[in-house]
Amino acid sequence: MMEIIKNTNIDFMGIKKYAFAFSGALVLLGLVGVVQIYRGEANMGIDLAGGTSIQLKFQRPVEMDQVRRMLAGAGHAEANLQEVPGENILIIKVGARGKEEKMVSDQVVNLLRQKYPDNPLTVESVAEIGPAIGRKLRSDAVLALAVSALAIIVYLAWRFEFKFGVAATIATFHDVAILVGIFHLLGREIDLLFITALLTIAGYSLTDTVVVFDRIRENIRLRKRSTFSETINLSVNEVLSRTIVTSLTVFFTCLALLFFGGGVLKEFALALTIGVVVGTYSSVFVASPIVAIWRGEKMVEVKR
Amino acid sequence: MWKSIRWRATLIAVLTTVSIAVVLPSLTDSLPETWKKKMPKIHLGLDLQGGVFLRLAVEIDKAIENTTLRYADDARAICREKGIPVLGWQRAGVDGFSLKLPPGDFAGRALAVLKDELGSLDLSQGETRPDGATLIGRLKPAEVQGIRTNAVSQGVETIRNRIDQFGVREPQIVAEGEDRIVVQLPGVKDQQRAIELVGKTALLEFKLVDEGASIEEALKGNIPEDDEILYQRSVDRQTGRTTKTPLVLKKRALLTGDTIKTAKVNFGSERGGAHVSLSFDARGTKIFDRVTAENVKRRLAIVLDGTVYSAPVIQERISGGEAQITGDFTAEQASDLAIVLRAGSLPAPVKVIQNVTVGPSLGQDSIQKGVRAALIGAILVVVFMGVYYRFAGLVADFALIFNILFLLAGMALLEATLTLPGIAGIILAIGMAVDSNVLIFERIREEIRSKKTVRASIDAGYDKAFWTVVDSHVTTLITAMILFQFGTGPIKGFAVTLSMGVAINLFTALVCTKVVFDYINARRPMQALSI
Repeated sequence: MMEIIKNTNIDFMGIKKYAFAFSGALVLLGLVGVVQIYRGEANMGIDLAGGTSIQLKFQRPVEMDQVRRMLAGAGHAEANLQEVPGENILIIKVGARGKEEKMVSDQVVNLLRQKYPDNPLTVESVAEIGPAIGRKLRSDAVLALAVSALAIIVYLAWRFEFKFGVAATIATFHDVAILVGIFHLLGREIDLLFITALLTIAGYSLTDTVVVFDRIRENIRLRKRSTFSETINLSVNEVLSRTIVTSLTVFFTCLALLFFGGGVLKEFALALTIGVVVGTYSSVFVASPIVAIWRGEKMVEVKR
Repeated sequence: MWKSIRWRATLIAVLTTVSIAVVLPSLTDSLPETWKKKMPKIHLGLDLQGGVFLRLAVEIDKAIENTTLRYADDARAICREKGIPVLGWQRAGVDGFSLKLPPGDFAGRALAVLKDELGSLDLSQGETRPDGATLIGRLKPAEVQGIRTNAVSQGVETIRNRIDQFGVREPQIVAEGEDRIVVQLPGVKDQQRAIELVGKTALLEFKLVDEGASIEEALKGNIPEDDEILYQRSVDRQTGRTTKTPLVLKKRALLTGDTIKTAKVNFGSERGGAHVSLSFDARGTKIFDRVTAENVKRRLAIVLDGTVYSAPVIQERISGGEAQITGDFTAEQASDLAIVLRAGSLPAPVKVIQNVTVGPSLGQDSIQKGVRAALIGAILVVVFMGVYYRFAGLVADFALIFNILFLLAGMALLEATLTLPGIAGIILAIGMAVDSNVLIFERIREEIRSKKTVRASIDAGYDKAFWTVVDSHVTTLITAMILFQFGTGPIKGFAVTLSMGVAINLFTALVCTKVVFDYINARRPMQALSI
C-alpha cells in the first residue's frame, strides 16, 4: 500500500486558535477586497462593470504609447492597454461612462485601421456590455452567491443538523472571501468567470467539509472517544489521506488548465487553483472547529 | 452473483455502444451521411466557433410614441375633412395627444366623428375656455399592450427574416423578458456589419420636399407646422468624407417601405457604385403612381431611418411601381440594405446593449488549448491513481474513461452547447470524478487494516462510503444548478458539463468499478487486493 501519510494523529483542535487567527487575517483581507469591489475601486471585468474590451492581433508589433495617445485623443484617456508579448496581440479595455449605452468598439477599430494602414489587424474578440446589462449581471452574481449559501444550509441542515449547515456555510464564505482578497491583492480582474470560480470552489470546499462531517457523525455514534474535540480530531485524521489525495487530483487538473488552457481561461484556472488549496484547508481547520465550539463538548448524537 | 454481474455488465456495454454511436459525429466528419444526420451533435458555443452575440433592447416607448403621432396626424386629417378647424395640437405623454379647437360646438362634433373613425383611441373633452376647447386622445390600454408584445415578437420575426436572407448557419434569435432580443450568429466575423443588419430599423419613407419653405428660416426654428428638417448624407468617394445637407420636408410620408415587394442590388448608376432598386406591391404601385402624377417637377425625398438618401425631381408620372435608392453604397452595403428592405422594418427601434464577438481564429485556438489541457489533466490524474492505488487505481481510471465518454454522449443527446468554460468544467469534473473512488478505496483500506477478508472489505468499503459520496456530490450539484440558473451563455456551459460530469460519476464510480471487483471475486475469491 502506497500511502502519503500513515496513521496520523495530529491535534487539529489544539491549534484551532492559530488557525482562526490565520483565517481571520485572510478573511479581513477578503472583506477589504469586497468593500473595494463595492466601491468600484477594484479591477472589475467589463462584464460586471460595463464597457468595451477588444482583442486585436496585428501583423507587426505596435507601440503601446502611440496607441494610448491616439485613444486619449479620441476621448478614451482612461483606456486600459495590455499586450501579449511575442504574439502582437493588443487588448484594449474602455470602461462604461455613466448610464450611456454607447458602443465604442467600431470607432476604436476604425481608428486603429486608419492609424496603421500598412499593419493589418484582425479583430479576435470584442465584448461590449452596456451599463444596464452590467448592473443585471452584477446583481445576478450576488443573488447566485446568496441563493447557494441558503441552499447549502438547508441541505446540510436536512442531512446533518442546523449547526453543521451554518459551520459549513461559514467555512465556504471564508474560502470565497479569501479568494476575493487574494485576487484583489494581486490586482487580478474580477469578472463573471471569477464569480463562476467562486461558486465552483464553494461547491468543492463543501464536498470536502461534508466528507469530514460525515465521519464525525459516524464516530459520534460509535462513541469511540469521550470528548467532541477528540472525536473531531480522530475523524479529521481518519479522512486526512482522502482529503489530500482528492485535493491533489483536483489540483493537478487545475494546474493543467492554468499552464495549458490558454489565455482566456488563465485567471479562471488561477482562481480554481488557489481555491482548491483554501477549500481543503478550511474544511479541516475552520468548519469542524466551529461545530466543536458551538456544540460544546457534549456527545449528542447527530441525526442520520 | 453471476446474474447480477451479467446484468450490470450488459447495462454498461449497451450504454457504451450507444454513447460511442452518439459521440462520434461530434468528433469526426468522416462518417456515413445517414449516421451523421440521424445523430444529435454537441453544439459549439460562440466562444469556440467564433461568431457574434448581440443583446438588443427594444425601445417600445418609441413604437408607442410613433403610433400615437400617427393617430394625431390621422385625427387632424379627419377633422379637416369634416370641416372642423384644428388650431393646434400637442403631445400629451408617450401615448396621448391633445387637439386645440375653436370655441363653439366643434369639440363635441370632433369627438363624435373621431370616436367613429379611430376606435383604438380613448377620446375625451378637455377644459372649455372662451377662446377654445381641447380634445384629448389617448391610446387604449389594450392597444398599448398590443404594441408592446408586437414590438418584440414582430422584431424577432423581422430579424430572423433578415438573417435567413443574409445566410447564417444555425442562427438563434429569441425574445428575452419583456423588451429584449438576443441574437446569436455563429460563424459571422464582421460585427459591424452584423450590427447594421440586425439593428437597423429600416423604416423607408417617401416624403415631399417643401420647396416653399426656406432652409435658413427653418434652421433658425421658424419651420412650418407640418414640415421637418432632415439631413441628406452623401459620401465623397475620394476622401471618404461624409457631408450632411439639411432639407425641409413635409412631415407626412406619402408611401412607406411596407409596400415593397422586392428589393435588389444594381450596379452602374450615374454616380457610380451600387444602388438598390425597389418594386412595390399592387397597393404601393397605385399610391406611387398617384403621388408621382400629382407632383411632377417637385422633389421626392427617399428617407431611411430619418436620413435622406436622395431627393430626386419627379420627371414624369411613374406607373411601373419601381424606384431606386442611390447613396454611394459599397456593394456590401447595398446588398445588406436590399435585405433589410425586403425583410421589412422593425416595429420599434432597437439598441445594442451587449455585443460579444469572437473571431474564428481565437475560437480555434481556445479549442486546441482546452483539449490539450484536458488531456494533460486527465493523464496526470490517471497516472497518479495508477501509481497510488495500483490495481484498484487502474479500475478507477477505467471508470474515469467511461465517465468522460458518457458525459460527452449526454451532452450530445441533450444537444447541449459546449463553451470554453464548459471545457474547463470537463477538466474539473475529471479531477473531482476520482474523488468518489478515492473515498471508497480509502474506506476499503481501513477495512483491510481491520483484518477483514478482501471481499468483505470491498463490500463494506462501497457500503460505508455510499452516503458520503452522495452527500458530497449533492453539494457540488447545488452550486452548479445555481450557476446554471443565473449564469449567461458560456458560464451556463460550465455548469452543464460540471453538473453532468458529477452526476454521471455517481454511476461510473459506484457501478462500473464495483462490477470489476465483483467479477474477479466471483471467478476466484481474491486473497489480496493491490490497492
